[in-house]
Amino acid sequence: MDFLTLLQVLDSTVRLATPLLLACLAGLFSERAGIFDIGLEGKMLASAFFAAATAALTGSVWLGLLAGIASSMVLSAIHGLASITFRGNQLISGVAINFLAAGMTVLIAQDWFAQGGRTPSLMVGGRFEDITLPLAETLAPVPIIGPIYAELISGHSILVYVAFLCVPATWWVLFRTRFGLRLRAVGEAPEAVDTAGVSVIGLRFAAVGICGLLCGLAGAYLATGLQAGFVKDMTAGRGYIALAALIFAKWRPWYALWACLLFGLLQAVALRYQNIDLGGIVIPVQFMDALPYILTVVILAGFVGKAIPPRAGGEPYVKER
Amino acid sequence: MDRMPNWADAVLVPLISLLLAAILSAGVILAIGESPVDAFSLMVEGALMRSAGWGYTLYYATNFIFTGLAVSVAFHARLFNIGGEGQAMLGGLGVALVCLYIPWPHWSLAIVAGAVGAALFGALWALVPAYLQAKRGSHIVITTIMFNFIAAALLNYVLVNLLRPVGAMDPATARFPDAVHLPTFQDMFSTAATPLFRGAPANVSFFLALLACGLVWLLIWRTRLGYEIRAFGHSDSAARYAGISPVRITVVTMLISGGLAGMMAVNTTMGEAERLVMNATEGAGFIGIAVALMGRNHPIGVLLAAILFGFLYQGGAELALWTNIPRELIVVIQALVILFTGALDNMVRMPLERAFLAGRKRRA
Repeated sequence: MDFLTLLQVLDSTVRLATPLLLACLAGLFSERAGIFDIGLEGKMLASAFFAAATAALTGSVWLGLLAGIASSMVLSAIHGLASITFRGNQLISGVAINFLAAGMTVLIAQDWFAQGGRTPSLMVGGRFEDITLPLAETLAPVPIIGPIYAELISGHSILVYVAFLCVPATWWVLFRTRFGLRLRAVGEAPEAVDTAGVSVIGLRFAAVGICGLLCGLAGAYLATGLQAGFVKDMTAGRGYIALAALIFAKWRPWYALWACLLFGLLQAVALRYQNIDLGGIVIPVQFMDALPYILTVVILAGFVGKAIPPRAGGEPYVKER
Repeated sequence: MDRMPNWADAVLVPLISLLLAAILSAGVILAIGESPVDAFSLMVEGALMRSAGWGYTLYYATNFIFTGLAVSVAFHARLFNIGGEGQAMLGGLGVALVCLYIPWPHWSLAIVAGAVGAALFGALWALVPAYLQAKRGSHIVITTIMFNFIAAALLNYVLVNLLRPVGAMDPATARFPDAVHLPTFQDMFSTAATPLFRGAPANVSFFLALLACGLVWLLIWRTRLGYEIRAFGHSDSAARYAGISPVRITVVTMLISGGLAGMMAVNTTMGEAERLVMNATEGAGFIGIAVALMGRNHPIGVLLAAILFGFLYQGGAELALWTNIPRELIVVIQALVILFTGALDNMVRMPLERAFLAGRKRRA
């Protein structure tokens, strides 16, 4: 493999890792606050549709982004209502949200556009364009560093940079602010937070809201950045891969970055090479598709270090009387 | 006593939840510019007013009975098996191997072997998540989701690279021999004078599903193992003090659950397609969650809920055929049912409980 091919694979790794990263950080906020969220997939899907549909109807990708985030946050609110207010089963609520998004997006797409559950392809203005970073052209001839800067670092859409900036931001919020401390506490020992006079319900709703915001970004990037428009079930299990990455990362922001880049790389390789021939042994493409899931199971099994979830995760908080 | 009567818990709460889901679904149909009344009558017409409609309804219901029972058996041990989809896929592989590689003289032997093969493969697919949950504490929900994806990839590989007949294009096995053709309702109940269930895929596996309902009821409420499963589900610490091994119960329950999900493949693969195709499960594994929640984890409830979902599925197909309402409406209804009967259960239960208590206080 020559240098340029390597750069191209890494470049598509970055693109494919972006939605995973945003969704993974979304899940991180929610689960750190003690709310399991397997509805990442559904929230991304809803956001992808509303972002693409709004961008197609108004011609403005920014309005699309707002609509995407709004739809994702509506689903978050339902999840919050079910799992925080009514103390329902968080997993079941997540499953319901995934199906709700899968059904509603196609239903509305068919009603609005009548194109078999997809939105029209987005034109210029309806998509996030790639940004060329300053000096990319001038630095390009410099050996090694030039191409890396011009091909790999420069030339992505704004949401890619936002996603990568979200990693230090998440770390800072969670580990360097009072809000973050309380949010983590509410996922470990909500009764202690309650005793300190801080609202458990308020904190958890805040976490679920941030989760909706980030999922909204992820979905909008899928439909208006990575691709040009919405197609049925376009998230294709990315929400679950993000969940896998979250466990892989043991619920920590920087680890989440590496986990998402790894899973992005796997996707990029599976996309570029069908069956990989390793001198006699052929790795089928299906194995590459399944690899993120297999890796997650191995991690979960505790063979590569133990992944310990937040202690109060999945448990609705009932105030003592 | 600060609880409401049992009948209200078992019947009234699910009915109100269902009603809420129905009202919202009607709202969705209205919003996309169709009439809910027309849509409903079209669904009833297509699914229940002709014997062929019933043939489809019961065919789908057969799938949902198996997957619904699978989810509910796991629920009794407070395990959430989202892996029904993957277990049913592997069950299909079991059925296909049994039917393709063993020459069966008669379908009655083949269905028994097919059911065993399906249950075995389905159970096998549930074994790893069960073991990991029991021994290593990895969350069964996550592992079963992961195993759904791994199952899809595995089946894809097996169909494309190993079982596809030479020269065939689509990823599917060869057709099963005629000897393993299961009698359909048409074969069983039609006479020359009165053709019934014409062309409908409902077949003898429906009775297998009914049998499974009965056996699950016996297992859960009439055997020692069932008692242990329920005890473990109510309180695993109490069960442990009573000498019940959590590892054993987790593994055994998941094996039964996976086996039941796998047996769905007898209906789809042996009864309908008569070969193993890529997407034979069509999301039935997930519908099992809605069915189990609505059926309150009781076999009779599961049976009724499965027939309701069979009706929705067949009715939804009719809607897609005759109106502008896509089949995805059913996915939305399914989501609403899961939401209201599962996650938002307390929203219905709390006010109802309060009403009952207030009524009792007034009488006292």
